[in-house]
Amino acid sequence: MNEPARRLSVIVLLLFLALMAAASWIQVVDANSLNQDPRNVRTIYREFGNFRGPIVVDGRSVVWSDPVDDPFNYQRTYEDGPLYAAVTGFYSVVYGRSGLERTENELLNGSADSLFWTRLGNLFAGEQQQGASVETTLSGSLQQVAADALGDRAGAVVALDPSTGAVLAMVTSPTYDPALLAGHSTSVVNENYASLISRDDGPMVNRAIAGDTYPPGSTFKLVVAAAALESGYSPDTQVYAPQELELPGSSATLGNYGGVECSSDDHMTLEDALRVSCNTAFGDLGMSLGWGVVERKAQDFGWGESLEIPLPVTASRLPVAPDDAQTAMSSIGQFDVRATPLQMAMVASAIANDGTLMRPYLVESVRAPDLQIIDTTLPEVYRESMQAADAADLTDMMVTTVDSGSGRGAPISGVEVAGKTGTAETGTNSPPHAWFVSFAPADDPVIALAVIVEESGGQTGTTGGALAAPIAKTIMQEALRLDREGEL
Amino acid sequence: MATVAELKVRTGRRAELALLAIAWGITVLARGLVDYHAAFLELDELGIYAAGAAVLMLGSHLVLRRFAPHADPVLLPAVFALNGIGLAMIHRIDFGYAQYRGRDTDFGTAQIGWTIAGVVAAMVVVLLIRDHRRLRRFTYTAGIAGLILYLLPLVPGLGLEINGARIWISLFGRSLQPGEVAKIAMVVFFAGFLVTNRDTLALAGPKILGLRFPRPRDMGPLLLVWAAAILLMVYERDLGASLLFFGIFLGMLYVATQRISWVLTGLALFAVGAVAAGTIFSHVGARYNAWLNALDAEVYASGTSEQLVRGLFGMASGGLFGTGLGEGRPDLVPYAESDFIIASLGEELGLTGLMAILALYLIIVQRAFRSSIGVRDGFGKLMAAGLGFSIALQVFIVVGGVTRVIPLTGLTTPWLAYGGSSMIANWIIVGLLLRISDQARRSAQEVT
Repeated sequence: MNEPARRLSVIVLLLFLALMAAASWIQVVDANSLNQDPRNVRTIYREFGNFRGPIVVDGRSVVWSDPVDDPFNYQRTYEDGPLYAAVTGFYSVVYGRSGLERTENELLNGSADSLFWTRLGNLFAGEQQQGASVETTLSGSLQQVAADALGDRAGAVVALDPSTGAVLAMVTSPTYDPALLAGHSTSVVNENYASLISRDDGPMVNRAIAGDTYPPGSTFKLVVAAAALESGYSPDTQVYAPQELELPGSSATLGNYGGVECSSDDHMTLEDALRVSCNTAFGDLGMSLGWGVVERKAQDFGWGESLEIPLPVTASRLPVAPDDAQTAMSSIGQFDVRATPLQMAMVASAIANDGTLMRPYLVESVRAPDLQIIDTTLPEVYRESMQAADAADLTDMMVTTVDSGSGRGAPISGVEVAGKTGTAETGTNSPPHAWFVSFAPADDPVIALAVIVEESGGQTGTTGGALAAPIAKTIMQEALRLDREGEL
Repeated sequence: MATVAELKVRTGRRAELALLAIAWGITVLARGLVDYHAAFLELDELGIYAAGAAVLMLGSHLVLRRFAPHADPVLLPAVFALNGIGLAMIHRIDFGYAQYRGRDTDFGTAQIGWTIAGVVAAMVVVLLIRDHRRLRRFTYTAGIAGLILYLLPLVPGLGLEINGARIWISLFGRSLQPGEVAKIAMVVFFAGFLVTNRDTLALAGPKILGLRFPRPRDMGPLLLVWAAAILLMVYERDLGASLLFFGIFLGMLYVATQRISWVLTGLALFAVGAVAAGTIFSHVGARYNAWLNALDAEVYASGTSEQLVRGLFGMASGGLFGTGLGEGRPDLVPYAESDFIIASLGEELGLTGLMAILALYLIIVQRAFRSSIGVRDGFGKLMAAGLGFSIALQVFIVVGGVTRVIPLTGLTTPWLAYGGSSMIANWIIVGLLLRISDQARRSAQEVT
């Protein structure tokens, strides 16, 4: 009976090897996916149990973790929650994370690779894992002014530093308070979340970068103008500007805002066409240039590509193979042209920065718990959107637009402002979206921004110049003040 | 002519003492770590614990020195080490329940009591049974006793259904698992029965495809055990006990007859029975489904695989090196102190710790097989192999259930899991193995 006993012991060995293999599979090979399973509350508990780093604006924490006496150990606290919600996002036991709380999660909770030495130090010191602090590029006062200027109207504001691409303000309206979702009572959080998502006006949508993209309307004429300048036009080149433009292959015609004529003799300079935002002129210009030229220029400004700033930015869209009539419509920012407010701010930023588009970013730096900086975002060229000379010409044209054209709501005494209005039809019976895209000062810009007021805030018969330009003006004034005081 | 000479032999008792010191160190260190992480470390209390552990270990060591001087020196320390790890873990889970769940449990202290009772029971076995061959006289008594014990949970008013399985009985306000003791009785019965009938079972029968298959009229015992196993599975709703019961029999049948055809016939029978039961009885089928599709959203939502998946989450969060004793959240897994103690250990000690625990079991089992090979009488051989295999199979069934190698069942992890019946029964197995190994090693050393 010794031989079978020996064999049985080998079988036992095999059984145990199977157990060891299964344990290895669970604890090593499959561990990552099990740990990331949304049903695994352990991961959440553990994460909440760590001291999570703060999110900082202007050197002041706007989001931080307070120790509390419950199983989660820490309560995430949001100061000025609604003001920064678009950027910070929320951090919820029930609904996970959004915004920077999501994209910077590994840094905030301390598990990022770059925090390895910190973790090792904590391990030897017997301390708890600590998260890094994430410092944003936002200017608190500019953010506040932008939010106040937009008020309770639905829309968005994005302001960039044209020379670096740093996002100075990102406001979306309506907004919400992340604190509503940060509580530890599942029932309360569920109730708050349900009431937030049931609202028709979408308070949790980040309109600035990730909402439904908008038709840019006349602000898109900046792109067409840039394409024209590159194709050999000058601001003084005469362009065809009839009262009504016949659209080839269609019985429809393209008219101007309010049916007015742009010019008495059906011709005007490119500069004047931009100044009065002449639809027929740009419709015809788009057709003469050909869609391919306009499309390439739009791509030079960033259309068609999504970004991570590090918040994910929806790619702005262009029509696919439009015919002549569609090209004409697209050239005035209608038809299938769509843009995020950030995209339009990037257009202004590129023109302002001598044609060089900087990559937009929201995170200035990351500090380890010991306050040592472990990561700083260096400004980076994203696209060479246009030549410096063309950019200078286009800047002059935009200044004229503000001084004596459609952008008259925006001038600031003593400072040259470059801007372009937009009044984008939404195709339905609702009022058009009001846009204003601008930068200041024109000769040495400190801020480039886009403002959109959705459906003109419910007002009818109004334009981007009347509605959005004053908002942009207020924000630019604040930026200039901050710049003078060396705070920007 | 062979001569029998008086030899100064090595009994291994000194090695045992050294190994016991290591087991003692593990036991005390683990407990200390748990207390430390629960911010509850009181050195005088740990001192009492350490002293108690020392008394228990030294006491059993001295009993062996006096009454079974040739007993296997590795067995006792390995079991003590496992037991110590289990005690620390259960104590830690008490803290977890109190801290996060608001449950005021004291499994840890109760388990210390069961451990003492278990060690004493093992020593009583060593003292009372001076020669394991005497057990052969009780072959059929053990068989009947085992059967009754297995069937006790089915008695109305006595049986107790916990967590879907009807393998407990309620006696004097305590719940007991008679199957744990029945397991030992069955090994004794099988050993006695097989050693008597092995020749008939081994030699006769038609040859099919090069394998000699048993004669139909010799199939009686196999069919009887098979029927009992299937009944256990269906009525006690416990695949584990039935698999263990039938597996022990097959293993011992193989050792007795050396015929793989028995094993194949038996496995085929069991597979047929298990599949049929799974098809006919919904509770058995649900277990299979929860095993195969544990992570499936629907199965998980129905609750049938929730415990299993939570255990997997726990083990995954432990990773290679574990969270450290007292640093994880084993309280998130239902029955973390009993059925799922392996998941708790996997979480806090990591894969490394789990491997070490499995290795300890493997050592114990291999020592049992070594005794089986060393001992001279057939009954002893079968019993040692049967007991060793029962431990191996039980560990495989429990750990395999938690790690999704096989469907989850309600068996306990020997010496680790919380539970009195299991603790005492498994320590009795240690006593029996020590006794048989004493005989095996003495005879080996007396012959030159």
